[in-house]
Amino acid sequence: MRILRLAGRRLAASIPTLALILIGVFLLLQFAPGDTVDAMMAQMGGGDAATARELRKFYGLDLSIPAQLGNYLWRLIRLDLGFSSIYGKPVASVILERLPPTILLMTASLSFAFFFGIVFGVIAARGVNKWPDTVISILGLIFYATPSFWFGLMAIVVFSIYLQWLPAGGFEDIGALQTGIWRTLDIARHLVLPTLTLGLIFLAIYLRIMRASMLEVLNLDYVRTARAKGLDETRVVIRHVLRNALLPMVTLIGLQAGTMLGGSVVVESVFSLPGLGRLAYESVVQRDLNTLLGIVFVSALLVITVNFAVDLIYARLDPRIAAEG
Amino acid sequence: MGLTRLAINRRTALMTSAAIAANVLNPMRAFAQETPRKGGVFNVHYGAEQRQLNPSIQASTGVYIISGKIQENLVDLDANGKPVGVLAESWEASPDGKTVTFKLRKGVTWHDGKPFTSADVEFTAMQMWKKILNYGSTLQLFLTAVDTPDPQTAIFRYERPMPLNLLLRALPDLGYISAKHLYESGDIRQNPTNLAPVGTGPFKFVKYERGQYVIADRNPDYWRPNAPYLDRIVWRVITDRAAAAAQMEAGELHYSPFSGLTISDLARLAKDKRFVVSTKGNEGNARTNTLEFNFRRKELSDIRVRRAIAHAINVPFFIDNFLGDFAKLGTGPIPSTSTDFYPGANTPQYPYDKAKAAALLDEAGYKSGAGGTRFSLRLLPAPWGEDISLWSTFIQQSLSEVGITVEIVRNDGGGFLKQVYGEHAFDLATGWHQYRNDPAVSTTVWYRSGQPKGAPWTNQWGWEDKTVDKTIDDAATEIDPVKRKALYAEFVKEVNTELPVWMPIEQIFVTTIIAKARNHSNTPRWGSSSWHDLWLSA
Repeated sequence: MRILRLAGRRLAASIPTLALILIGVFLLLQFAPGDTVDAMMAQMGGGDAATARELRKFYGLDLSIPAQLGNYLWRLIRLDLGFSSIYGKPVASVILERLPPTILLMTASLSFAFFFGIVFGVIAARGVNKWPDTVISILGLIFYATPSFWFGLMAIVVFSIYLQWLPAGGFEDIGALQTGIWRTLDIARHLVLPTLTLGLIFLAIYLRIMRASMLEVLNLDYVRTARAKGLDETRVVIRHVLRNALLPMVTLIGLQAGTMLGGSVVVESVFSLPGLGRLAYESVVQRDLNTLLGIVFVSALLVITVNFAVDLIYARLDPRIAAEG
Repeated sequence: MGLTRLAINRRTALMTSAAIAANVLNPMRAFAQETPRKGGVFNVHYGAEQRQLNPSIQASTGVYIISGKIQENLVDLDANGKPVGVLAESWEASPDGKTVTFKLRKGVTWHDGKPFTSADVEFTAMQMWKKILNYGSTLQLFLTAVDTPDPQTAIFRYERPMPLNLLLRALPDLGYISAKHLYESGDIRQNPTNLAPVGTGPFKFVKYERGQYVIADRNPDYWRPNAPYLDRIVWRVITDRAAAAAQMEAGELHYSPFSGLTISDLARLAKDKRFVVSTKGNEGNARTNTLEFNFRRKELSDIRVRRAIAHAINVPFFIDNFLGDFAKLGTGPIPSTSTDFYPGANTPQYPYDKAKAAALLDEAGYKSGAGGTRFSLRLLPAPWGEDISLWSTFIQQSLSEVGITVEIVRNDGGGFLKQVYGEHAFDLATGWHQYRNDPAVSTTVWYRSGQPKGAPWTNQWGWEDKTVDKTIDDAATEIDPVKRKALYAEFVKEVNTELPVWMPIEQIFVTTIIAKARNHSNTPRWGSSSWHDLWLSA
């Protein structure tokens, strides 16, 4: 019951935020020179002024900016995301098509980064200032400092071109058009390199946080008590230390869900994945305001959902938090 | 000084140009008497998705690369660049040039089984080319009607004489036919067929997954006997150029058209025996790098300043060190690949001469002020390719050496067009001019005054010259090919003298294709053509 109340309060608080974000993006994009018809002309390689005028009218671009914004918000209230001018389809269906690859990629990368972040963080903390710690910390630094597009391209060179183990791009094998379990496996194979590419930088962050947080908790009094009781070291780490050390990690997941959406633009381009990140990039270049706002809306919802889930996990990990909420 | 050091680095990077040259000279290796083989899937790099795929309403290579295989034009170009019938079997112009009669091919059917007739031609010409198609609306401006006395005859009637050579050279790009029965009701622009094209061509549209791929399969009822050879063509959407090069190497792509890879990847793949990297097959897609002057700027309206700018830039140096063997010195608005119109001696030219540039600027009254600066300009480069970006930096550095400070203002596509062609908010702009086989199609609009504001790639410089306008108008309706060529030679001379737009570099798009492809690059617009004879050797 308390959790439901928490959920309700959270959602109510996020509505004004959402509205502000949408209005902000709308106004920001007005500062970009050119509109969707200009972008269309650029793509066509020329056209006459009369056609341009007609198209502007068709897309409602001849209205004043407040009128356009008003129309947009009014449609949004009725849960209508509008019509995409690049795709000629409702924005909602365009986004729905692009959502699965992005969500898959994000979930896979986050799980990968989270899991190995914990493992490496624990190992490093246990062997602090010994060789495992040094090796892991240096690797972490390298992953953190490497730009993901470069990492992606190098992964393609090694695993796709030289070793020929994994596909160099795409979401699934077009030639085969598989179904069921084979399709799932095929998609999974295509996602290995993008997941690694997107996940490594987050892995680097997680392992550092995990290491620091483990070191802190390991020095607390209750851990000393646990050891004094005669518990073996593994039990101390798993039962007593890990649970408390996880709290900052969980916080970070919530914060990074948004960052990850941004990072996926690069990864989706390098691996030619049909995701939301690339769609967002294209809608900026094509000045497709409706699609862009739709993506902002959906991403904001996504981030809000993730943060909400994080709050729940929090309450589970540390009952004191739920009690205060 | 700074320029020289940069140049050495670039030269090292492009050391491979000798290898490219070898391929340019001999693009089709191992072409012994092999018998064509049926079957195979051909994977194509598709770099920029379009909003729709109907070539009857959008003239661009991004559309032809896909729907040129599915829909067909009345006329295409053969290996020698001469018009050859596709959906039209023959044609004839009346002596006054006001009617052109096309005899259409018999027994051709649309992919949905309906017969192709002159009604389709009439509908496409009047409703699509004349009203919607970019450049088509200019080309067909004086088209009044298309008569269809029988299903195999289409008679184009013009208000003013239409040179037959102009029409035949424009139709390969601006002459794709759509099916009347699929378009006659509703808004043509919003028709769903635009994204699932139905044509008469060698390949039938199967599926378009936005952001991923387009698939077309062999048309078993194609009118050309024994064609096509391929089972399937897959266009893979890959926006990142480096990723596309990697996929070529991984064997997932077979063909990357229209310079779709980075200059350094092209140089690298040219050394790889698995690929052919060449400009062959793109002669009909020549492009020229431009420098556009805004005449609303007092300094630039002075011809001495424009000439000084041209003299201040060492174009051969730029080509040698930045573009390699894929580019050459341009001489004016008509590229040398256009054998029917290239005037040969394109005078006057503006060879690199810094002293002369300085003298011209002094003479125009712009002496060096404090710190050696005479005045400063804003340069807007178009975002179409890395050569434009390099070229704009080169202009900036070259002009600084004669005392003109250049600020580079970068935009994306929509922003560039809006600022340059919509708002005239530029001093200098640089981009590409694409030549479409005949100067009247897309070249002369860069010079003809009186273009409506906001029309991209037209004379938006504020430049006006009655003599040039007249030459352009006369040439557009002159039906005698010899006189026409002479008029265009005159036009080139006039605009090279006045220099409202400078076109100093000529380029042809570069094709990267797997070596086992056969019958490729055999026409001047091969990337856009139908690929009915393309096959893959074992």
